[in-house]
Amino acid sequence: MIVNQLSVFLENKPGKLSEFIQTLAKDKIDLLALSIAETSDYGILRTIVDKPEETAKLLSSEDWACKITPVLAVTVPDEPGSLTRILGVLAENGISLAYSYAFFSRDTGSACIILRVDDNAAAEKILSEAGIKL
Amino acid sequence: MGYYQKEIETMPREELKKLQSERLAAQIKHVYENVPYYRQKMDEKGVTPDDIKSVDDLHKLPFISKADLRESYPYGLLAVPLKDCVRIHSTSGTTGKRVVAFYTQHDVDLWEDCCARAIMATGATNEDVCQVCYGYGLFTGGAGLHGGSHKAGCLTLPMSSGNTERQLQFMSDLGTTVLCCTPSYAAYIAETATETGAINDIHLRAGIFGAEAWTEEMRREIETKLGIKAYDIYGLTELSGPGVAFECSEQHGMHINEDHFIAEIIDPVTEEVLPYGEKGELVFTSITKEAFPMIRYRTKDICVLNAEPCACGRTHIRMAKPMGRSDDMLIIRGVNVFPSQIESVLLNNGMPANYRIIVDRVNNTDTFDIDVEMPVDFMSDTVSDIEKKEKQLVSALKSMLGIMAKVHLVAPKTITRSEGKAVRIIDNRKLY
Repeated sequence: MIVNQLSVFLENKPGKLSEFIQTLAKDKIDLLALSIAETSDYGILRTIVDKPEETAKLLSSEDWACKITPVLAVTVPDEPGSLTRILGVLAENGISLAYSYAFFSRDTGSACIILRVDDNAAAEKILSEAGIKL
Repeated sequence: MGYYQKEIETMPREELKKLQSERLAAQIKHVYENVPYYRQKMDEKGVTPDDIKSVDDLHKLPFISKADLRESYPYGLLAVPLKDCVRIHSTSGTTGKRVVAFYTQHDVDLWEDCCARAIMATGATNEDVCQVCYGYGLFTGGAGLHGGSHKAGCLTLPMSSGNTERQLQFMSDLGTTVLCCTPSYAAYIAETATETGAINDIHLRAGIFGAEAWTEEMRREIETKLGIKAYDIYGLTELSGPGVAFECSEQHGMHINEDHFIAEIIDPVTEEVLPYGEKGELVFTSITKEAFPMIRYRTKDICVLNAEPCACGRTHIRMAKPMGRSDDMLIIRGVNVFPSQIESVLLNNGMPANYRIIVDRVNNTDTFDIDVEMPVDFMSDTVSDIEKKEKQLVSALKSMLGIMAKVHLVAPKTITRSEGKAVRIIDNRKLY
């Protein structure tokens, strides 16, 4: 399925991530997953939260630079080879991956992988046609 | 040490004043008749050429500044028909702040004379090999010292800047004795020569280093490393280029070529003329320029003039190394940078005009960093997207300023907003 990911700009300074997490806690936002892409000056924190739009509005009002991006969330059965299959289908169809990260989903009781591709709808269609549960 | 034009360089003060007065009167007549911009300014102040008979009347004339040069760009201050001009030079190619100066053949000749004086003051003769590593092109550094070196009779190596390995190769193969470049490049050459061992193959004797601020400590370091005597030189495109003033063997202030330029020190706020020895803004009047005369041009350089006689025998007064600026202009790697230019690039690229400039000097080279607040439009979930936009900004800054700045994105609303005059510049170089 397609989910809304929330990315946030964080300076490379001690305490910045903590400050951000505290902001979420203060407003009772549930953080499901996070991953960081870092450069020498800053990091881009990508998160899956329970209320992305509301959170984005809140963060903007507190001067955080943030952005919502729809990404693909795919369930990965907890058995050897399941991720290979998903990535294999994408590779065979020439779909390139910008980044990806995984987390454990309480809802499905299994791992969930976030895939950032150019065309979510096309990737979703290809995966479901290959019999992969989204 | 040597003179290029001994009679003029050692002319008794009284005689020099007479010469200056004659030239000034003629120059004022020339600009009043040929430059409507000057005429209007003089009319507004109620001064006519008849009021200017000697140097003592200089204070009656109106000032001009970089703003006037911009307003009259490009031909507004031209005092001769364009067909009589043979050359232009320009300040560091910075949009909006560019100064284009015109030269007749006579102007070029006199400018080269000034540079020849600087070169011969180091003791150079026609036996010397002079390597010019200032940039050639619109910048006046290369052309000025090149012409001066010719006039001094030196074998001239028109190297321009960069390619240090090749510079050192020529230096050793052709036996360069005089080096002309920016002090930071001299320091870099010294460092490279030491590292590669080329230092043992070169036979430099003197260096003429200008176009950027440098300290006495830096001078001593370059002198020790290269085994030379390092001389300072001062100039600006508005007045011709390098050679407005130069250091003699005493290394205690730069002799102003007073037969071509009259210097004054003023209080930058009240514009009142201050006596020699007092610190203030340096103002120049070019009394021999034909194409592009500057009458009481405010340099914005803070300086002190010294009229004490000099042991070298030259009678022309000396100016100290500039001690700062009366505006917010920064000189970074020899290039003039105005914070307002950075501001306009940021605004044109959809960024908030809130920034911080950090300048420092590491290993004798200027570092130039700009912190800018991350704009909402820049935000992306991928670093490559953000980097693409950062690169666009860096290249827009480069084409505006002529030099590369490192851009750092910081979180929104984290750069202090100061009331009134913004504190946007952190200059850690301690040059003055």
